[in-house]
Amino acid sequence: MPLLEIKNLTMRFGGLTAVKNLTMTVEEGEIRSLIGPNGAGKTTVFNVLTGIYQPSKGNAFFQGREICSLRPYQVTSIGITRTFQNIRLFGNMTVLDNILIGMHTRTRSELLASVLKVRATRTEEAEARDQARELLQFVGLAGKEQELARNLPYGQQRRLEIARALGADPKLLLLDEPAAGMNPQETSDLMELITTIRAMGRTILLIEHDMKVVMNISDRVAVLDYGEKIADSTPQEVQKDEKVVKAYLGEG
Amino acid sequence: MISAYYYNLLILIGINIILALGLNLITGYTGQLSLGHAAFMSVGGYASGILTVKTGIPFLPALVIGALVAAALGFLVGLPTLRLRGDYLAIATLGFGEILRVTFLNLEITGGPFGLRGLAKETNGLIVFIATVIALVVIWSLINSRVGRAMIAIREDEVAAEAMGINTTRYKVLAFVVGAFFAGIAGGLYAHWFRYLNPASFGFMKSIEILCMVVLGGLGSTTGAVVGAATLTYAPEFLRSFFPVISEYRMLFYGALLVVLMLLRPQGIMGTSEFSPLKVYHWIRSRQGVKTTVGSDS
Ligand SMILES: Nc1ncnc2c1ncn2[C@@H]1O[C@H](COP(=O)(O)OP(=O)(O)OP(=O)(O)O)[C@@H](O)[C@H]1O
Ligand SMILES: [Mg+2]
Repeated sequence: MPLLEIKNLTMRFGGLTAVKNLTMTVEEGEIRSLIGPNGAGKTTVFNVLTGIYQPSKGNAFFQGREICSLRPYQVTSIGITRTFQNIRLFGNMTVLDNILIGMHTRTRSELLASVLKVRATRTEEAEARDQARELLQFVGLAGKEQELARNLPYGQQRRLEIARALGADPKLLLLDEPAAGMNPQETSDLMELITTIRAMGRTILLIEHDMKVVMNISDRVAVLDYGEKIADSTPQEVQKDEKVVKAYLGEG
Repeated sequence: MISAYYYNLLILIGINIILALGLNLITGYTGQLSLGHAAFMSVGGYASGILTVKTGIPFLPALVIGALVAAALGFLVGLPTLRLRGDYLAIATLGFGEILRVTFLNLEITGGPFGLRGLAKETNGLIVFIATVIALVVIWSLINSRVGRAMIAIREDEVAAEAMGINTTRYKVLAFVVGAFFAGIAGGLYAHWFRYLNPASFGFMKSIEILCMVVLGGLGSTTGAVVGAATLTYAPEFLRSFFPVISEYRMLFYGALLVVLMLLRPQGIMGTSEFSPLKVYHWIRSRQGVKTTVGSDS
């Protein structure tokens, strides 16, 4: 059974069909890429998977479980987290707090425990902080704990978003153009980071425009064009595929 | 001993601080604009007042029960936040406040337009002080906890908060419940201080007054809410001693204050920061030459 299975997924916005009858799978432990020209419907797929939109047709299954009827926070709690194409950090909060919020589903303290600061709450909070610091170290943001998220340079904000998404300890990580706006050095660091995350046993579904990233680290690549899947294969074969070449050239 | 005038003023300041702290949780931290906070106060006031006057239940239990009734109402008002955002939520809370006011105006048990009379003077400085401190400690611990972080995350970016696994509905409703609870406490204290309740005291204008306190202090700053409440309680009294007509123009004063504030310092006195001596030091240092960057818009 694939970790994620998307079946005949269609998403319409009024007259516009952003995703048309998409079927694809993501196997456990792979780095799976989803590429395509601007407006092809890639982000829309993420938005459907994470419960932001209800699909017009079709469904998606995570570990065999239907997920399209879940609300976004429920999707997170079963092990799927994401980053956003247009960075959506909690800008006025510290870097550490951003991670702690990412760990929301793994912590428990509710109202009364929080107000009374019972021992369990204090222990949980201390442990969460330690883990958050480790995560920051992992993505190369050690020492930035107390900075406001909005004051970080762009590349670091992207890394913080990844760390925040890892906070929930997801099985499947959805990355929406993580390399956008990065310089070559940052991009190659990012590739290393993504492969390390996979090596730790997580599965990755990646949307990316930077072909160097896609071709170097993906196991399989699906290509969308005007909402339709036009190719789905290894990076080498997809690169040679005529329809893919045409779709990208047609873009100008 | 302080004079009766200042004693009265201090009690009012305490009550207003409790109100501002609650609204700040809803609007300042969780980002849900509420224009009906005075309604929760009136519920706490009437509920506890009716209990002490008509059933003879002692003051303190009545105070807590009144607050719980207000909290229950906060739950009901919080529910529309499932669907409503921004302006629509603000209008819904405004409507709720007015509905409640008119209801109290027409009920027999509340004394209708004549108000609820005959309350005992149970509130005193010590009780108000203790209640204020409890409100401060509770809100402060809440804000610096997992729950508070979730609320602030909702204010910052609701979509991202939900994507982090936060059940945004739940925490928005929770903010209303806690905020309403404290407004209920404030209402009960108010009722048993002035010994008289009238629906007119808890109208839209009172809600706006509380909102002004929170905005003046800085939405999302607990110390700011305290400063805002104290300032806006004292300022009209202070001004009245110089210009006796000012009380007639109280709302004009609030309006003008808000306009000036929006022009000069839209984030309020404290912004989202908290007061601490170290920060004052850094602020003074930064004023001496070092240019600080203003937050980017995004
Ligand atoms: N909420 C929405 N309402 C209406 N149309 C939408 C909505 N979201 C996406 N679309 C449209 O759906 C199409 C696909 O958009 P989507 O963002 O998924 O593309 P994309 O492949 O991620 O593009 P890019 O590479 O530019 O990020 C676009 O034409 C877009 O305008
Ligand atoms: Mg996109």
